[in-house]
Amino acid sequence: MTRMSYREAARLALAEEMRRDPRVWALGEDLGRGGVFGQYQGLQEEFGPERVVDTPISEAAIMAVAVGAAMAGTRPVVEMRFSDFALCAIDELVNQAAKARYMFGGQCRVPLVVREPIGMWRSSAAQHSQSLEAWYVHIPGLVVLAPATPADNRALLKAAIRCDDPVVYLEHKNLWPLEGEVPEAEEVAEIGRARRLRFGNDLTLVSWSATVHAAAEAAETLADEGIDVDLLDLRSLWPWDKEAVLESAARTGRLIVAHEAVRVSGFGAEIAATVAEELGIPVARLGAPRIPVPYSPPLEAELQVTAEAIAAAARRLLARNVGGRV
Amino acid sequence: MNGSAAPNLDRDRLCRLFSVMVAIRRFEELALEAAREGLVKGAIHPSIGQEAVAAGVCCALRREDYLLSTHRGHGHTLAKGADPFAMAAELMGRRPGTSKGKGGSMHIADFTVGMLGANGVVAANIGIAAGAAHAVRLLGEARVVCCIFGDGAVNRGPFLEGLNWAAVFKLPVLFVCEDNGFAATTRTRALTAGPGPLARARALGIEGVSVDGNDVRAVADAAEALLAEIRVGGGPRFLYAETYRLMGHTQTDAGAYRPVAEVESRWRLCPIARARELLTRAGLSTEEIAALEAEARAPIEQAFTAARAAPWPEPELAWMDVQDLGAEWPVTAAEIRL
Ligand SMILES: Cc1ncc(C[n+]2csc(CCOP(=O)(O)OP(=O)(O)O)c2C)c(N)n1
Repeated sequence: MTRMSYREAARLALAEEMRRDPRVWALGEDLGRGGVFGQYQGLQEEFGPERVVDTPISEAAIMAVAVGAAMAGTRPVVEMRFSDFALCAIDELVNQAAKARYMFGGQCRVPLVVREPIGMWRSSAAQHSQSLEAWYVHIPGLVVLAPATPADNRALLKAAIRCDDPVVYLEHKNLWPLEGEVPEAEEVAEIGRARRLRFGNDLTLVSWSATVHAAAEAAETLADEGIDVDLLDLRSLWPWDKEAVLESAARTGRLIVAHEAVRVSGFGAEIAATVAEELGIPVARLGAPRIPVPYSPPLEAELQVTAEAIAAAARRLLARNVGGRV
Repeated sequence: MNGSAAPNLDRDRLCRLFSVMVAIRRFEELALEAAREGLVKGAIHPSIGQEAVAAGVCCALRREDYLLSTHRGHGHTLAKGADPFAMAAELMGRRPGTSKGKGGSMHIADFTVGMLGANGVVAANIGIAAGAAHAVRLLGEARVVCCIFGDGAVNRGPFLEGLNWAAVFKLPVLFVCEDNGFAATTRTRALTAGPGPLARARALGIEGVSVDGNDVRAVADAAEALLAEIRVGGGPRFLYAETYRLMGHTQTDAGAYRPVAEVESRWRLCPIARARELLTRAGLSTEEIAALEAEARAPIEQAFTAARAAPWPEPELAWMDVQDLGAEWPVTAAEIRL
């Protein structure tokens, strides 16, 4: 094990994949300088400007070029800078990348990775803070990943680059400096497998991305109160680990899904609905209220799904269900 | 050079271009007929009157070159060498279609001949073409990418972004603006500022030429010259071809928003009629020309006859080719828990 940051883990993963496969290349704005968050630091020096490409501020073209280049035999890694700007390239992602394999009857594949930094970070306000994973999960053809730890940011990014279908890769901006243990050996994650952070029999708590850390803190607090939480970091939103979630929920009899994105039609709704359909147990969802992300810290705080909020929701759910499990 | 070689070469090329145009015309006629009979369920956008652009440009491409087209892409695809039977079957949603009946007319594609797809989104292929060319550069291949789009596409953002990209990275792309005068039911010029598509390309430093898009020889000459410049590393080039859409926008559009006299006068300038004159001047007899036409039409007619009898795709195919990971599969009644 080595200690490294979430940022460094991603940088390492891309460097390793570029060394392994000459068809892998990266394109986006300001990559030569290391990317806005330093996640491309030193890569242009190592691989040259032909493979770490500084692009014009043309999000639609960046994504379209990646689609064409993927169809023509390369494996582009697209940097969208902030997930919010990926909305300028939504036709290219949704109508083109996600559709080409299917509508051309399997004549081609579109093996690209779209990196989209998500989430609330340093008072970035309404146009630089969104978490829109639910949009992408809704689109047939896309794989959607959201790593929460340095180890996963290395192993999942590598898996994303090796995936033969388009992958939306959501890195949380608040996590860039987060340090953690990363295995020495090159690990490639199995896409679609959740990671259990904590075993418990009282309540299943499912989360992903930065909210995983709030969920872990909540589980800690609840443990002190004698409530044993089974905590799963989904990591992969499509495909998602239905098996692990259902196994856990069947065992605990209660489910909470917590995410940073707006609660209404968030991906938590899909998980809660699936669990309710399959098991008929009580479920609860936590997410942001349906308001744009404001600038000022006390306003932004209104949206955040905190450890306290998760713990409170857990207590409510347990209280609601006195009399035991379904 | 032998005194008679050049005219013979030119005559052979003209015969070939003529045959391709006749094949495209026949394909469109039979597609319309199949649509009238209810055999083509979705929209088709016939290219009748525009055959010279398809033939002139696509016959100048090599098999390994990539082609990207539009919703009005039957002609381009045929001229690139796609199998007319697989194309006709695709239009009718049949199993042996180019895309197993999953794409239809608007998304016609044949990767075996480098045809990377028509596109249902106006202008979307401009950026994708730049990307295919970027891959060609990265992989060190010798291909050229040709991207054909309509006059309507120049008013969408991808036109600016894609052309700028190709110019900045000096990519091997031939952009072809096939101006048929109309964007759906609107005269494009009325809604397009400035002196036109070629001027826009030039403003980005992309050189190009303007041709009479109904003169197949002129289109072929221009395309060949531009492709030669691209092949030696000259970067992207732009071909602006003016033509005229003789039919409605789709099979259900009568095109009644244009004066009958205008359309009639345009039929007289039809590229096939004009090529017939060129062939006569090149010394072909009426019988020889008729024989060429019959020869070009026959495989198209056979293709449609065979496609009409082709099998439907198995329903399971709807579930395939979505994605490797996380693909959903049919839920059987037993699996639905109520
Ligand atoms: C982005 C987008 N907007 C609108 C449409 C609907 N539409 C289909 S074809 C067309 C006209 C396109 O005109 P042009 O590019 O000149 O091509 P033509 O139909 O003349 O071949 C329109 C508006 C579309 N397919 N895509």
